[in-house]
Amino acid sequence: MFDALAEKLQETLSDVRGRGTLTEDDVNKAMREIRLALLEADVNFKVVKQFTQTVKERCLGAGVLGQLNPGQQVVKIVNEELTALMGGSSAGITFSPRPPTVVLMAGLQGSGKTTATAKLARHLKEAHGSSVAVAACDVYRPAAVEQLVKVGTQAGAAVYEQGTDKDPVDIARWALDRAKTEGKDVLIVDTSGRLHIDERLMQELKDIRKAVKPHAILLVVDAMTGQDAVNVSEQFAEAVDFDGVVMSKLDGDARGGAALSVKAVTGKPILFASVGEKLDQFEPFHPDRMAQRILGM
Amino acid sequence: TLFDTLDEETWERLEEALIMADVGARTTAGVVGQLEQEATSGQVEGGPALQERLIELLAGIAKTGTDTIDLRHEPTVIMAVGVNGTGKTTTIGKLAWHLQRELGKTVLLGAADTFRAAAVEQLTRWAERAGCDIVTGPEGSDPGAVAFDAVAQGRERGVDVVIIDTAGRLHNQEDLMNELAKVRRVIGKQMPDAPHETLLTIDSTTGQNGVRQAKLFSEAVPVDGIVLTKLDGTAKGGIALAIAGELQIPVKLIGIGETLEDLRPFDADDFARALVAP
Ligand SMILES: Nc1nc2c(ncn2[C@@H]2O[C@H](COP(=O)(O)OP(=O)(O)OP(=O)(O)O)[C@@H](O)[C@H]2O)c(=O)[nH]1
Ligand SMILES: Nc1nc2c(ncn2[C@@H]2O[C@H](COP(=O)(O)OP(=O)(O)OP(=O)(O)O)[C@@H](O)[C@H]2O)c(=O)[nH]1
Ligand SMILES: [K+]
Ligand SMILES: [Mg+2]
Ligand SMILES: [Mg+2]
Repeated sequence: MFDALAEKLQETLSDVRGRGTLTEDDVNKAMREIRLALLEADVNFKVVKQFTQTVKERCLGAGVLGQLNPGQQVVKIVNEELTALMGGSSAGITFSPRPPTVVLMAGLQGSGKTTATAKLARHLKEAHGSSVAVAACDVYRPAAVEQLVKVGTQAGAAVYEQGTDKDPVDIARWALDRAKTEGKDVLIVDTSGRLHIDERLMQELKDIRKAVKPHAILLVVDAMTGQDAVNVSEQFAEAVDFDGVVMSKLDGDARGGAALSVKAVTGKPILFASVGEKLDQFEPFHPDRMAQRILGM
Repeated sequence: TLFDTLDEETWERLEEALIMADVGARTTAGVVGQLEQEATSGQVEGGPALQERLIELLAGIAKTGTDTIDLRHEPTVIMAVGVNGTGKTTTIGKLAWHLQRELGKTVLLGAADTFRAAAVEQLTRWAERAGCDIVTGPEGSDPGAVAFDAVAQGRERGVDVVIIDTAGRLHNQEDLMNELAKVRRVIGKQMPDAPHETLLTIDSTTGQNGVRQAKLFSEAVPVDGIVLTKLDGTAKGGIALAIAGELQIPVKLIGIGETLEDLRPFDADDFARALVAP
C-alpha cells in the first residue's frame, strides 16, 4: 500500500529520528520530503504549502532542535498537525427531534452517491433501528432508478421512485410527504451526479434542498480524487453549504489526500468512509487513521 | 500565459500549474527542469517562445505509441476496463453510436458487468440510444460466459465491432483483477487474437493514484489505450500525462459529457495547451 515516496519519507524521518541533534538544514530537508509525500498523496498544492510552513515554524520555534530527541519531535508535530487538520472524532448524523430526518446526497458523477445512499440507509437501520426510505431523484443517468431500487431494497429501505418523467424537485417533495405519511424515521435523497460548474444542475440541487429542507447534506467524494477536490468541494459548499463528506472507495490504495484538502478548505468534517461495493462496507470516518495513511506511516 | 513576466517565480508558477493539473511531482520536475535549462542556456528566449516550447514538451510526453484503434478485424473486439465509476459503460454507449453513425459500422455490445446493480439495464439503455444490439446474461452470472457469448454472436452475425463492458474494480483487489484476466482469456478462446483493443477509462479528476491504476490494470490485461473521461469538468486530467510518460500508454479518446455525442479523439496539442491554460 505504501509507494516509493512514502517509504522515502519514512526513511528521512527515521534518519532524523535516529540523530541526536538537528540543524535547520535537516528540518528543511525533512520538509521537502514531507511536501513530496503530501503531493504524491494528492493533498492540494496550496494546503501543502500552508501545512509545511506551519510544521516548519513549530519545529524551529519550540526549541525542538536543541531537545534530546529532535527527530521524534518532528514526526510528532507532523502527525499532530495532520490529525488536527483532518478534524476531531467523527460526529455522524444528528437526528431531527421531529422525524423524518432528511439527508440529501450530492456529488460529482460516479463518486458513489447511490451506493452510499443504500449503505447509509443500512447503517442507520442497523445502528439505530431506524425505519428508512430512500428517494430516487436521479432521472438522467440511464437505469439510475433501477439501481437505487435494487440497492435500496437490499438495504432494507423503502424505495420511493416515480420513474424518470417527473422533475427531480417534485419527486423529492413527494417523497418527503410520503415519508411523513408512512412515519419513516429517515429519508435519504439520492441525486444525479453533477459537475460543480453545471449551473442548471447546481440550481436544481438548491431547489431540492429548498423543497425538502434536509437536516444533513452529504457530499460524496471519491478518495482517488486529485487536486480538483478543492474546486469541487468549494463550489458545492457555496451552492448548498453541505454539512459533511462521505469519502468513497477508500478500499483502494489511493492515499486520500483529497480528504485532507476538502477539510482544510471547506472546514466540513469527513463523516463516513465507504470501503467497498458491498452494503455493509461503510463506517464512521477516523481522522487519525487517515492522517497516518496520507503520510504512509 | 505563465511567461508574461520572467523572474525567479516563473518556474515556481509553472510547477504550481502542472501540479494543480495533477501531472504529479515527478513528471512536473522533469518538464520544469528541462525548460529552465533551455531558458538558462539561451536555447529558448522570451515568453511566447517558452510557452510554445512548454506545450511542445508536454505534447511530446503525451504522444506515445499508437493512438488510433485498428478496426480491420472481423469483428474487432474492444473491451472496456477500469476502476469503479470512471465512465466505462457511458463511453461504450458513445463509442457504439460513433462507430455506427460516423463510420457506418455494425456494433454489438456485451454486458459482462453482471455484478453491479442495474449495470445490465444501464448498458441496455445505451444500446437503445446508440441503436445497436446487446448480449446479456443473468445478474450474478459468469462475466466470462457473457463476453464469450457476445463475441460468438458477433462472429455469427458478421458485425464489425463487438464492445464488452466489464464491472468496475479497484486495481488493488487481486481476485477481481484475476477475474478480469480470465474474461480476457475466455474471449481469446472464442477468437484467438481478441480482444484487439483494451481501453482503460481514467476519470479526469483522478490524482496520483491513476498511475497505479494504469500499471496494475495493464499487468492484468494488456492495456492498449486510455479513455480520459469527464474532461468537461474543471479537472485537466494531467494524470494521463504521467501515465503516458511513465508507462507509455497513449490516450486514445476523451469524454466530454454525458450524451451520445460527447466522445472525441485525443489531441495531444490541445490537451497540452489546456493543461497550462489559466
Ligand atoms: N470499491 C468501491 N466501489 C465503490 C464504493 N462506493 C461506490 N462504489 C462503486 O463505484 C461505482 C459508482 O457508484 P455509484 O453509487 O453508482 O455512484 P454515483 O455517484 O451514484 O454515480 P452517478 O449517479 O452516475 O453520479 C459503482 O461501481 C459502485 O459499486 C466503495 O466504497 N468502494
Ligand atoms: N460529465 C461527464 N460525466 C460522465 C462522462 N462519462 C461518464 N460520465 C458519468 O459518470 C458516471 C459514471 O459513468 P458510468 O459509465 O456508469 O461508469 P462505469 O465506469 O461504467 O461505472 P461502474 O460500472 O459502476 O464501475 C455517470 O453518471 C455518467 O453519466 C463524461 O465524459 N463527462
Ligand atoms: K477540463
Ligand atoms: Mg447514482
Ligand atoms: Mg459500468
